[in-house]
Amino acid sequence: MLIAKDMMTTTELYEIAKLVAHYPVARAACIDVLKLVQKNRRYISDDILAEVARILGMSISELDEVATFYNLIYRQPVGETVILLCDSVTCWMMGRNKIAKSIMDNLTIKDGETTADGKYTLLPIVCLGHCDHAPAMLMGQTLVGDLDSTKINKLLPKA
Amino acid sequence: MERPLTKNIIANQEPYDLAAYQAVGGYQAVLQTIGRIDPTKVLEIVVDSGLGGCGGGGFPTGRKWQAMPSREERPGTHYFIVNADEMEPGTFKDRLLLEGDPHQLIEGIILSAYAVQADHSYIFIRGEYHRAITLIEHAVSEAEAAGLLGLNILGSGYNLVIHVHGGAGRYICGEETALLNSLEGRRAVPRSKPPLPMTSGLFGAPTVVNNVETVCNIPHIIANGADWYRNLGQNGAVGTKIFGVSGRVKKPGAYELPMGTPMQDMIENYAGGMQHGYKLRAVLPGGASTGFMLAEDLDIPMSFAAFAAKGNRLGTGTAIILDDQTCPIGLIANLQHFFAQESCGWCAPCRDGLPWVERTLKAIEIGEGKMDDLDLLTDISDTMAPGRTFCALAPGAMASLMTGLSYFRDEFERHIRDGKCPWT
Repeated sequence: MLIAKDMMTTTELYEIAKLVAHYPVARAACIDVLKLVQKNRRYISDDILAEVARILGMSISELDEVATFYNLIYRQPVGETVILLCDSVTCWMMGRNKIAKSIMDNLTIKDGETTADGKYTLLPIVCLGHCDHAPAMLMGQTLVGDLDSTKINKLLPKA
Repeated sequence: MERPLTKNIIANQEPYDLAAYQAVGGYQAVLQTIGRIDPTKVLEIVVDSGLGGCGGGGFPTGRKWQAMPSREERPGTHYFIVNADEMEPGTFKDRLLLEGDPHQLIEGIILSAYAVQADHSYIFIRGEYHRAITLIEHAVSEAEAAGLLGLNILGSGYNLVIHVHGGAGRYICGEETALLNSLEGRRAVPRSKPPLPMTSGLFGAPTVVNNVETVCNIPHIIANGADWYRNLGQNGAVGTKIFGVSGRVKKPGAYELPMGTPMQDMIENYAGGMQHGYKLRAVLPGGASTGFMLAEDLDIPMSFAAFAAKGNRLGTGTAIILDDQTCPIGLIANLQHFFAQESCGWCAPCRDGLPWVERTLKAIEIGEGKMDDLDLLTDISDTMAPGRTFCALAPGAMASLMTGLSYFRDEFERHIRDGKCPWT
């Protein structure tokens, strides 16, 4: 079995301790901790989940019920950059389905899939609060609005 | 016209840092209040101001605060939580405040937490708001370094720490008791009420949860007084609010206007009216959980009371425009997809009812519906009426469906009769 020092860096363990200190009980920090360790691995594997559970004094199933509840915790591998394309009402009205088609054509993937080179994953997301610039998406951490096919061809050109 | 909430916000520019914010009078309310004015007096000003919760409910903020027990009654930690989990479809007002003037929010938290004698604060920001999280974290560290946060603030003996919690994404986190469960590291399932959070909130301690925009109003109310704030409103309403318009208008955007401004005024004079070639069909006045309004009803003043009197809700005040070239059935199906997906799954009417509604609507949209489906939709709506579910998610979802069934009856029937969508 792997032990903590093989699975997590010293920096991560230090950061986890800092996060836990913000709450009166360790488990309260579990979402912050999952996000922290996900940042370095793109997703939460079963091994990492078990390790985080051990550190926070939770059972694996207790932590997994949290991990699987939230949209931004990935329990399956995703690409280097996750594209979150808004599918809520204003973006839908302003043509998000056409944008989705452009992205899928350019990257030759379907919604929810990862490109063969592991660079991109396309997922739908709820309203990103950019409705005055609909349709909108998050590319990694960057919010991009007023999407049209020209913009998509520039940001995500056909391979 | 005064625009206290957005006066420091300049489009496409970095927000004010601590020094720039202080140079325009920022933190003056904190300097004049903390340790100098009794917390009960601060609370009284907010009660008198008539400020209502800007997350969508409009519940009087002062009354919420009054429900907090004193430190003598309940020793130990008291929490002040900012709900920055903006995820109501069509709503983009809190992001403007978070990214546009972070120190305004921090100043609001210090004054609010002082008024309710909370010593610990969490800002719950949805995880997708990366830029907001970075900017708010930076503002918190600047305020800490300046002695505006931490132990013994300005020598007053008052302590307050703030932690920024970036969420992991779920609409239901915006429900205040679900938000508390999420902060405790659990699934964001709403809690049974009572007890209200003020009695038993985060980790069982007395807790107030307020929306970003609500908190951003506090420094201005404390600095200028309750009468000044009340006089900002129109048509019997108080204060200003950030309203917004999205859809096929000429200038979609967010606008700080007097509370009580007629909706028509905002759409025509601020959002520039409809784009060439499009007609306004109906409006969802304040996000996906509000009911449709028809074009002839848009003279209504935008206030919580005026909308309640019409059996609707002002909600978040950010309007979504349905134009004449968008299928209303498709739009309602999109809304129901959102609610079905974001149901936390705790109670059966919501967990099972919403996907059923979504499937039925999608069938009608593509021309595979039956006339009986319309009665079915009305029946299911009844099972998700207020009081029949654990929280307000499903009743909110039903607002657009019920008003839609009544306003767009012809379109529903036409889809079923013709076996196709007339808009495709």
